[in-house]
Amino acid sequence: MTLPNRSKIEAKGVSVFYGDNQAIRDVSLNIDQDRVTAFIGPSGCGKSTFLRTLNRMNDTIAGARVEGEIRLDGDDIYASGMDVVELRARVGMVFQKPNPFPKSIYENVAYGARIHGLARSREALDAVVEQALTRAGLWNEVKDRLKDSGTALSGGQQQRLCIARAIAVDPEVILMDEPCSALDPIATARIEELIHELRGRYAIAIVTHNMQQAARVSQVTAFFHMGQLVEHGDTAQLFTSPREERTKDYITGRYG
Amino acid sequence: MMEHTVKAFDHDIGQLRGLIAQMGGLAEQAIARAMETLRRQDLEGAAEIVAGDKAIDALQIQVEALAVRIIALRAPMADDLREVVAALKIAGVVERIGDYAKNIAKRVPSIEWHSEVEPLSVLPAMATLAVNMVRDALDAFAARDAEGATRVAASDRALDDFYNSLFRILVTHMMENPKTIGQMAHVLFIAKNLERVGDHAVNVAEMVHFAATGAHMAERDRGHSPVQ
Repeated sequence: MTLPNRSKIEAKGVSVFYGDNQAIRDVSLNIDQDRVTAFIGPSGCGKSTFLRTLNRMNDTIAGARVEGEIRLDGDDIYASGMDVVELRARVGMVFQKPNPFPKSIYENVAYGARIHGLARSREALDAVVEQALTRAGLWNEVKDRLKDSGTALSGGQQQRLCIARAIAVDPEVILMDEPCSALDPIATARIEELIHELRGRYAIAIVTHNMQQAARVSQVTAFFHMGQLVEHGDTAQLFTSPREERTKDYITGRYG
Repeated sequence: MMEHTVKAFDHDIGQLRGLIAQMGGLAEQAIARAMETLRRQDLEGAAEIVAGDKAIDALQIQVEALAVRIIALRAPMADDLREVVAALKIAGVVERIGDYAKNIAKRVPSIEWHSEVEPLSVLPAMATLAVNMVRDALDAFAARDAEGATRVAASDRALDDFYNSLFRILVTHMMENPKTIGQMAHVLFIAKNLERVGDHAVNVAEMVHFAATGAHMAERDRGHSPVQ
């Protein structure tokens, strides 16, 4: 299957420092609109750090400094005029552990839409909630108990609720940081299926420790090692015939 | 090559390679011995080769079981994955080579050996070439040697030329000696079997090349010449 390579995010020469420690070294990588990009690599390789630069989550860490250029549809996201709250609405994030607010299922999804002014009336807000929960594949399971607490759901449902919450603010990009690592295989499969359904509507980048998962859900894979981007390209190619020795050693279990 | 973090993975791959080597050794030997029984008119030896094919079939089943187990348990990637897939396919091809040896052995009782008869006189050299191709292809697998595999593929042209000239010799011989047509038809089948053994050696070589490099062998190296 050939898809056009429309870049949604373009990162050029990105380096990240935590104090004196350089976590990312001169990484240039694009996130496509239509192809899911997976970041793989051993613990501490910088894959999550790089993901977090894409919606400026590193801003919240004291001493963190980002060099280089990251553009979202051509706009420099580190430019002084960039509204970070708006950026994070455009570039949503789903974390490793599902982290619903201790509020109702409805409120979890409605909250962001309300504060971003995406719904003017109760009916409009209901519609946003229903659409987000439907796209996250959760609507049929929760439509009769929207007032129940989000934290009462199962782990897999909580993670889909968090995806619904990200979707509700109408983002352009969804970043996922090991979204399945706390889930059982069935819940994992549902998230993977969901990623497949969301592809194209949102640009998606996912960090995962599970290489089979990267191979299953992504069309582009980027391998990070010691803060460097060692190799990136077509997922099928990378997992069957990697170009770099370091990539091969890692994906075949010869690392370290 | 660097060891896997999980040592049992290296053990599994080593076992798989061992089974392929064992199968290949048996198949190569079966072809060579079938030709030997033909030359010596050794009917007992020929019957043993026919019976011995079961051992090759049994090894193929072992290779398949182990390869499936490795894929399920280890989820191999990159060169490991290519190697397991290649082993699976090579086992199937080697099993076919064993079948050709069996087929040659089955024809032994139908042919009277006279080394002065021209079609028979060139058959052993053709068999040696085919057996060498099988051995070289399996050596290339053992050594993960893409260049060796490419050489095997290139040598198939010589075997095909051998077959084509033997075919002409046989047709001439049959026209001149109509009484021998029955026997010579069997000789023709043996020659065809040997030619097919060479093709299968090329199949093995192509898989070795893919497993070693991740790229398919270039078309020009595959050496397909027209065969009658």
